[in-house]
Amino acid sequence: MSILIDKETKVLVQGITGRMAQFHTQEMMDYGTNVVAGVTPGKGGEVVNGVPVFNTVKDAVEATGAQASLVFVPPPFAADSIMEAADAGIEYCVCITDGIPAQDMMRVKRYMKRYREEKRMVLTGPNCAGTISPGKGFLGIMPPHIYKEGPVGIVGRSGTLGYEAASQLADLGIGVSTSVGIGGDPINGSSFRDILELFENDADTKVIALIGEIGGPQEAEAAEYIRDHMTKPVVAYVAGLTAPKGRTMGHAGAIISAFGESASEKVEILSAAGVTVARHPSDIGETIASVL
Amino acid sequence: MDIHEYQAKEILSEFGVTVPRGGLAYSPEQAAYRAREMGGDKWIVKAQVHAGGRGKAGGVQMCTNDTEIINAASSMLGKKLVTHQTGPEGKGVYRLYVEAGVSIDREIYLGFVLDRTSQRIMIVASSQGGMEIEEISESSPESIVRATIDPAVGLVEFQAREIAFKLDVEPALTQQMVRTLMGCFKAFQELDATMVEINPLVITTDNRVIALDAKMTFDDNALFRHSHISELRDKSQEDPRESHAADRGLSYVGLEGNIGCIVNGAGLAMATMDTIKAAGGDPANFLDIGGGATPERVGKAFRLVRSDPKVEAILVNIFAGINRCDWVAEGVVQALRDEPIDIPVIVRLSGTNVAEGQKILADSGLPIIRAATLKEAADRSVAAWKADNTKATS
Repeated sequence: MSILIDKETKVLVQGITGRMAQFHTQEMMDYGTNVVAGVTPGKGGEVVNGVPVFNTVKDAVEATGAQASLVFVPPPFAADSIMEAADAGIEYCVCITDGIPAQDMMRVKRYMKRYREEKRMVLTGPNCAGTISPGKGFLGIMPPHIYKEGPVGIVGRSGTLGYEAASQLADLGIGVSTSVGIGGDPINGSSFRDILELFENDADTKVIALIGEIGGPQEAEAAEYIRDHMTKPVVAYVAGLTAPKGRTMGHAGAIISAFGESASEKVEILSAAGVTVARHPSDIGETIASVL
Repeated sequence: MDIHEYQAKEILSEFGVTVPRGGLAYSPEQAAYRAREMGGDKWIVKAQVHAGGRGKAGGVQMCTNDTEIINAASSMLGKKLVTHQTGPEGKGVYRLYVEAGVSIDREIYLGFVLDRTSQRIMIVASSQGGMEIEEISESSPESIVRATIDPAVGLVEFQAREIAFKLDVEPALTQQMVRTLMGCFKAFQELDATMVEINPLVITTDNRVIALDAKMTFDDNALFRHSHISELRDKSQEDPRESHAADRGLSYVGLEGNIGCIVNGAGLAMATMDTIKAAGGDPANFLDIGGGATPERVGKAFRLVRSDPKVEAILVNIFAGINRCDWVAEGVVQALRDEPIDIPVIVRLSGTNVAEGQKILADSGLPIIRAATLKEAADRSVAAWKADNTKATS
């Protein structure tokens, strides 16, 4: 098992006719991801990388039974595309786009509430590297070969820092059940807590690595959930101990603007909840190995 | 993106918020002229900088005649104003705002922020205006009133009334308070702000509700649809290296240390800074050159980091995912051949084709210090920086 995506998941790519989207669609297909459709409004009927393109997500879902969607649409139109996916009955959506206005994402979150919880699309991102279940498939832009199959669930905000963790694990011969990027934006689809819950209920995941950073309340919220509801061990690393207050560090959401949002405060909160915290990024792999 | 107080007031007044009469001045004489133009017997001369805490730093002065205005204006214009928010280097004062004085009965704090817990716009208000919100939450947290706004319906009038009553504003002024709150919210929503702060919002002795100060910050990601807001950008208030980087699609934040960093990805960039610190060094900057590190970007990054005179060693940490280490290594070698460098350069490559990348660095004949892991890279950077410094001083 794995979470969010497996070998059978039928995937569609929104914005498939773009150059980057075509490249990454090919990477996903080479890995074995079951890509069944693409959507670009006005380009219905075309074929990209052997995949049929549709004008609307509804058309694509009707014709192919697509269940998951990868959004590669430019920032001004990305929020609209996410809502289109939610409305067409897509179960899981990954949004890669970096640079979506924060208020657009607020409207997306509000829009998704119109569907009953059990029918509501799961969204991860935006501004993330995607999700991979090694050996099964992936929805995203990560280099898939660095992930081995195994028992560790990874959830993190950052793309390359997530790769760093996965490659440290691979060097120790340890693999990953699923790795999920929740993205670096202040308003995001799924929080750490949401993904931890999925890992807690996944039989193949034995240990979870949470890779956080400065800014926002989601690490603290995760700590509370871990303390009260989780049986599986969680290892964490929080980036940005040396980040100054009030400055945006690359990710739109990586800014210390309130109490509890600095890396040292987050480390304290997570440790108090029973999480094993790796003090240095170089120790992430070994810290995970020590609790396995 | 931040804007100046006078710009925020102009915007908010278009949305129905009452502000004092005022005028912009670029010289002491113009400041005095502005005061005469608006009449009255009391004026406030305010330095326009993108930072709070101006009052304590001498950037807000009350004047009662021409001479005082000219003296106040001369003491500010062309100088650096150092407040607790600017850092020790301060911010240059090139514009002044001259405002008619008002007679204050009470001061209220009013802020609109993006609340990341509720993922909505939140109003934060307090009867203890004039102090910063951090101070208020320390000294009188019970005075803080909060309300979140549903993005589907916007701010509803009853919410605005509730806030007015909770702040103990006289019932006769409720409508003015509601108009102020609705105006701020509409400006926030329509213009994609991330913060609107009026501190203080005052009630005058003649019963008017007036925004005495105003601060607005806008969502950089939404500026594409607000060209009239982008035009308000004032580069004189930004760190020149940071604006230079931003204009080239690089994300750079200058810091106090002397080990320059070139990294792909924001999380890895922060992790690299942390590892340098743990190894006993101090990072000179945060720099994210983007997830896919192309050789051109590596070249631009070298030029940017080297433009900081504090930098005495450079650590390059690239995780090549979709692209390849050999390609990145070629970019590093090219950048160093184009513009040779006399400080230690430490390169750590990881990911696809790492062995080929290492070989290119080794075969280049350049004095590049190579490292296999992040920790090794940080240790070697600090060691090389120390050795280089000893050599330079002996």
